[in-house]
Amino acid sequence: MTFLSKKNNISVVLCGEAGQGIQTVETILVQALKRTGYHIFSTKEYMSRVRGGYNSTQIRVSSHRVSSYVKRIDILLVLSSGAIKHLEDRISEDTFIIGDPEHFKSIKESNTQEFQHKYHQEVTKQYNFLEIPLIQTAQEMGGLIFANVIVAGILSCILNIPKEIFNRLIHDIFARKGDEILQKDLNAGKAGYDLGRELRDSESGKIQLSLSVNSKIKDELLINGTDAVGFGCLAGNCRFMASYPMTPSTPLQGFLAAHANDFELIYEQAEDEIAAINMAVGASYAGARSIVATSGSGFALMEEGVGLAGMIETPVVIYIGQRPGPAVGLPTRTSQEDLNLALYSGTGEFPRIIFAPGKLEDAFTLTQKAFNLAEKYQIPVFILSDQYFADCYYNIPSLLVDDIQNENYLIKTTPEYKRYMITHDGITPRGIPGYGEGLVVVDSDEHDEEGHLTEDLLIRKQMVDKRLKKIEHIKNDVIPPDLEGPNDYKNLVIGWGSTYWTIIEALENIRKTYPDYKISFLHFKQIYPFHRSVSGYLEKADNVIIFENNAQGQMANLIKLETGFEIQEKVLKYDGMPFSVEEVEENLKTFMGIGNGDMGML
Amino acid sequence: MKFKDFDMPHADVAWCPGCGNFSILRSLKKALAELEILPENLVFVSGIGQAGKLPHYIRGNVFNGLHGRSLSPATGIKAVNPELTVIDVSGDGCMYGEGGNHFMHTIRRNPNITNLVHNNMVYGLTKGQASPTSQKNFNTPLQVEGVFLEPFNPLGVAIALDASFVARAYSEDRKQTIEIFKSAIKHKGYALVDIFQPCVTFNRVNTKNWFREHTYYLEDDHDPLDRSMAFNRAIETGEYPLGVFYMNPNKKTFEENLNVYSDKKTPLFQRKIDTDQIKALIDSNR
Repeated sequence: MTFLSKKNNISVVLCGEAGQGIQTVETILVQALKRTGYHIFSTKEYMSRVRGGYNSTQIRVSSHRVSSYVKRIDILLVLSSGAIKHLEDRISEDTFIIGDPEHFKSIKESNTQEFQHKYHQEVTKQYNFLEIPLIQTAQEMGGLIFANVIVAGILSCILNIPKEIFNRLIHDIFARKGDEILQKDLNAGKAGYDLGRELRDSESGKIQLSLSVNSKIKDELLINGTDAVGFGCLAGNCRFMASYPMTPSTPLQGFLAAHANDFELIYEQAEDEIAAINMAVGASYAGARSIVATSGSGFALMEEGVGLAGMIETPVVIYIGQRPGPAVGLPTRTSQEDLNLALYSGTGEFPRIIFAPGKLEDAFTLTQKAFNLAEKYQIPVFILSDQYFADCYYNIPSLLVDDIQNENYLIKTTPEYKRYMITHDGITPRGIPGYGEGLVVVDSDEHDEEGHLTEDLLIRKQMVDKRLKKIEHIKNDVIPPDLEGPNDYKNLVIGWGSTYWTIIEALENIRKTYPDYKISFLHFKQIYPFHRSVSGYLEKADNVIIFENNAQGQMANLIKLETGFEIQEKVLKYDGMPFSVEEVEENLKTFMGIGNGDMGML
Repeated sequence: MKFKDFDMPHADVAWCPGCGNFSILRSLKKALAELEILPENLVFVSGIGQAGKLPHYIRGNVFNGLHGRSLSPATGIKAVNPELTVIDVSGDGCMYGEGGNHFMHTIRRNPNITNLVHNNMVYGLTKGQASPTSQKNFNTPLQVEGVFLEPFNPLGVAIALDASFVARAYSEDRKQTIEIFKSAIKHKGYALVDIFQPCVTFNRVNTKNWFREHTYYLEDDHDPLDRSMAFNRAIETGEYPLGVFYMNPNKKTFEENLNVYSDKKTPLFQRKIDTDQIKALIDSNR
């Protein structure tokens, strides 16, 4: 049994059914922990349902920065009977499981009968149950609905959150529900606190924490991937979003809808994704910087609109929150499966840019940049996010708001204005209707310089060349991949998008034991076009390994296509869950031929 | 302003001689000239089909987009710059077939735009297949046993959804059509004008003579504010009424419902970000 006091970061997981208020506990705890002075990270996994099922939230509490998902659970708080089974493969003998005796009943039975018979001796796990009268206390407080706040109280006590901070948050969250409910929640919180204290004292210091706090963390930002992209939209002067709700892109829609009044932008829920992108392209044609947010199947419906934006050379930003497919797939899970879909969407040939941020700071900066590059080159620009990235929170010092610049690429037209005048770089200064004396004519058919429909095959060829010529100039704006680690590496790890921090933490763990090992990590935040440095990075390595949340290695295939370099080692995960730090670590050890990495390729 | 101010002398017109589209184009130019709307402030939005080509033959800004989708960009354009006059020009296949979903929801949304739908009851550009408004027993190379689907009733659907302006015109009645166009363009809110027109190449059933014999104008005492009556007139078959069926002048437009215009009227492309405001929002997460 490991004492929690020996750890400098703790993984707390809450698990229960949809509708039990786990989200509220997460909200209270992450805020309270940050205000206490801990570094925190939280991520949730949930089922596609409104009630029932099993949802869990991981909150990592730490003395140093933590920004990634770990499989390990140090403290598990269960709110329903099936929670332990749901998290079975993440529970170890070191996991403290806190819950009501009622919630342990079924697992205790199965542990003795089913497991003993079926698997004989080895698999039987020694569960480390810590029983608390959760149901009874909740009923005393006014009903089971208060169980979540009691749980928040228990954890607050165990995690050394000062009571004032905790009560303040209960106040902030429940005050709008009226005095009576607020008082009941404050009482429930206090009851939880008392239960937590008893637990701590009775377990003779086993669940005593000794994490150090840093008062500066109080003033840091606590945001998730969705927020970071949302701030980037505002900073990029986004004025229009039309979209159709689809997990996990809906939170970004909610973000812009919530801020539409204050930031003078329009959010419209379209009747379908087809309408959404066509509205956005229309709004952009009339000069408003526009975005759509969607996920795989929704984006599939938008594809024709992507081609329209490419053909009429009208900017649009497309945010894709990836989730497992095909078709409806696993609505609430994560994946990196839609790289190909974004890369090849739309008929014909036209330039595009694809970003995939891995850090919150990058999500902000790249989104702001996406709006500007879409305007500069008059093309669709993609932001590939995913459920994991969109939903996970952690604290960061700040976002670089002062560094942002929005260039104006619109011109006032003159009477002789031609929307598609052939220029040396393929970019025609963009006019919009009602601004100047010229006319702005755009056509999804092949068109002449004025924008009028043509079937002249010579003009057709000139127009294709004009559109594709922009690619050469776009290459000047490509963001290089980030190299983390020594320049004289022998082994190179590749990742893109949301896997950034998970791979970083795994490498840090390995370096603690093997400080001299020459391994580095190349992370792509721009997926397309490639930066010219990519080939050089790959050729320098003796061995290369890639981690991707898909089954076919879409990025590895793109790397081969773009550079000719074939990556032999691919770790592909496509069960709908993000990579855990442990999983990456084990795979890297195997790859490096060190330790006892026995998990093999997953 | 004159009719000629909207001419496009060098346009390579792709319509068949005698097509009803020529009459519609003429009537539209006349209506716009009489309303004194400058081409620079006009945006014609269309999809695909022979009707969708009309914007190329008239002076104005043009967004000739995808098949069936014209109402979506039209909505987006008007939403971000309400100072523009937006006219959506579409055909029966584009609007009622491919774009049916957008047709319904745009009526609900009520942007202040005009929706002209050329309705010749047949597909022209793809050469003679059935359209959503083709009449029963209409034979085509694809509907070899004749059409057996119920014809789509755009006016009935629009009135059922309480569209703010619903009219039907006949292309060859220029005088009346000009007046209907003017009323539709002046109307505040979504205005549908379904325009009967002959297709001289692919529709040998619903010819000029057929339309003459099967249409008549709503009586002078028809009250366009009476929705039930308007609906009754819209479902008449055999002989089809023409004119303004229905109007609801009391509906707020989509743009009026948008808060971006509650304090100032400037189009959105003229608005700049306030870095301090963004900072303050970000800092509220500290």
